[in-house]
Amino acid sequence: MTITRRNFLATAAAGGTAAAAACATLAPAGAEARESHKVPDNAVGLLYDATLCIGCKACMSACKEANDLPLEDTIGEKLWDTPLELSGKTYNVIKVYQSGTMENKDKAENGFAHIKRSCLHCADPSCVSACPVSAMQKRATDGVVTYNKDACIGCRYCVAACPFGVPQFQYDTPKPEIAKCQLCKHRMEQGKYAACAESCPTGATIFGSYAALSAEIDRRRAMKPGEPNLFPRRTPESGDMHEKAAPEYVDYVYGQKDAGGTQVRYLSGVAFDKLALPMGLPERAYAADSETLQHTLYGGMILPVVALAGLVTAAWRGSKDHHDDDEFDMFDHPEGGHK
Amino acid sequence: MVNHPIPSQVISRLKKGKASPTAIGGSLVTPFTIVLAVLIGISLFFMAQRFIYGLGAVTNINNGYPWGIWVVWDVVIATGFACGGYAMALVCYILNRGEYHHLVRPALTASLFGYSLGGASVLIDLGRYWNFWHILWPGYAQPGSVMFEVAACISCYILVLWIEFSPAFLEHFGFKNLKAKLNKVMFFFIGLGVLLPTMHQSSLGSLLVVFGYQIHPLWQTPLLPLLFLLTAVCMGFAIVIVEATWAAVGFKRDIHDELPMLSKIGKIIMGILVAYLVIRLGDLVVRGAIFKVFTSGVKSVMFLIEMAVFIYPIVVLSSPANRKRLSKLLAAAMSMLTGAILYRIDAFLVAYDTGPGWHYFPSVPEMMVTIGVIAIEVLAYIIFVRKFPILPGHSTPAAAE
Repeated sequence: MTITRRNFLATAAAGGTAAAAACATLAPAGAEARESHKVPDNAVGLLYDATLCIGCKACMSACKEANDLPLEDTIGEKLWDTPLELSGKTYNVIKVYQSGTMENKDKAENGFAHIKRSCLHCADPSCVSACPVSAMQKRATDGVVTYNKDACIGCRYCVAACPFGVPQFQYDTPKPEIAKCQLCKHRMEQGKYAACAESCPTGATIFGSYAALSAEIDRRRAMKPGEPNLFPRRTPESGDMHEKAAPEYVDYVYGQKDAGGTQVRYLSGVAFDKLALPMGLPERAYAADSETLQHTLYGGMILPVVALAGLVTAAWRGSKDHHDDDEFDMFDHPEGGHK
Repeated sequence: MVNHPIPSQVISRLKKGKASPTAIGGSLVTPFTIVLAVLIGISLFFMAQRFIYGLGAVTNINNGYPWGIWVVWDVVIATGFACGGYAMALVCYILNRGEYHHLVRPALTASLFGYSLGGASVLIDLGRYWNFWHILWPGYAQPGSVMFEVAACISCYILVLWIEFSPAFLEHFGFKNLKAKLNKVMFFFIGLGVLLPTMHQSSLGSLLVVFGYQIHPLWQTPLLPLLFLLTAVCMGFAIVIVEATWAAVGFKRDIHDELPMLSKIGKIIMGILVAYLVIRLGDLVVRGAIFKVFTSGVKSVMFLIEMAVFIYPIVVLSSPANRKRLSKLLAAAMSMLTGAILYRIDAFLVAYDTGPGWHYFPSVPEMMVTIGVIAIEVLAYIIFVRKFPILPGHSTPAAAE
């Protein structure tokens, strides 16, 4: 086994050249950081105004019916649908924040407030970026984040990746699916819209174009607290209005920018971290971070190909050196170990 | 006039000062292999339950912790353990340090089983396993997904490992011509066999980047791929030391000839670990997360344990005298492996927090399945080294006659 210093240095030099070339390729590729995707032009979404929600759960019932979901029994009575959180059987759940005497609606102290949990339909969804088989997709037309069980392999990367804890896996069946709100895409095909918005008696949840909902959000935030105002039911344009004193909103529209922005947005009188929504998320989508990293390393497969060339050259030089001194056999010794 | 021609094997040994790999023979039925078989039986029982009733019937995973030990141990850690072949190919063929040559095949064997089983055990964990092929199928495959990169690279690498390993079979079954042809192009597969683990071992770290705030700042960093890669290479070298020791003890082989190599590997491990710690701690300082080292409760404790078991091997291996002693090398390697296991468990499970109310600790049946997969691997390794020319042949009682 004679490895001369010259041979070794030559191989090391070849490897070093490959590495340098790799770094040179890496530098420009790294400059093209992927930006967060924006909300599509014709996006649709929901606006949930916690101050209008009375916790009747009509939306939950309508969601189960529209999506043909089974009841979930968490209290052992087997009479009511009683989900406590999103689950493999529940796409939409109304939860309640409680404090002290619970005298005041939509107040943090001695008050209570409702919150609707369902898919936020991110502008740049982590689940879509994570999914290795395109089962999670963001529709280019209206931005609905869809799920295709026929493509899904059940790896649960989407469940783990979602910053809002939305996609839910079914652990209790040998043929599991990911359970997640798809904004009633099947009803949209029939000219209808999200069942939760359609069934909401107070207009706490309304369905509409992203632009119309943005205008409605601006209108509500400009209202003077305590003064009577009109609020639409079902959709911003339904004309079905009811009058109510304007609430005192916290100065934050949840979903406007969080994790790159979402098409489902929230208004509330209570701080959102009390409503179990994660606060302090960056404005840049996590999907953009992840894909920038992947693109930097694997964009156009340039870096791997350059590295492969370097490695194969080094391995080839090694094998050539050894053949020259007639001692090298890659894995085997000429006489063989087998008797 | 000599009575007998000197066996060519002996000539080669005299000339080269090294030995051919030899099947070590011996009985396959021993108390140890029987225990392994029982463990495999138990795990098959729970696997059947999983396929009949669903993942929830056997595991404790939930929507707050959708990935349990079947992902973190069976794939993320097990493939790290299987990096011996990668590490040895790197020094032996890429850096052209042929002196490590006869550590390659045993390391490659362990890699072959580690990766093949890691790949196969994914099917147990996939909820919709019958669709598994989608991940590599045009139209379904989604190249932006880190998971796609991991799956594609691991699949290709398993294939490359079998090709790299095939000379051992070809030798066994007597296809000398085919083997010669394969050896001529083997340099390409060796190059590929170093590139692919580099890619997917780093990507196992990249998997966590998209989790964002859900991974604690002591672990969440854009350098995750580099840190996972360094620990994977290091695991590869450490496992070579451990395997050589265990093979020596288990098959009563003399390890004396291999010790100088192992001691050099010890030095490599020390170097990589120093680089790893400098990068890891430097990154924490740059991101300002270093202040969380003592203020994050259980996570801080786990982080500090990780640091301790990474620093211990550096201290031990920094002494040349220690590097010449197998017991010290083994202790350092075991400590390094513990650190790398903890790093992966911490990053994927301890640092992962999706909000209050979620807990995960593996159930006993879940652990039995993982133990069964390990048992399959160990049993396969035993069968292979007994039946195929894997281990260096010198001073093996069975190969002596």
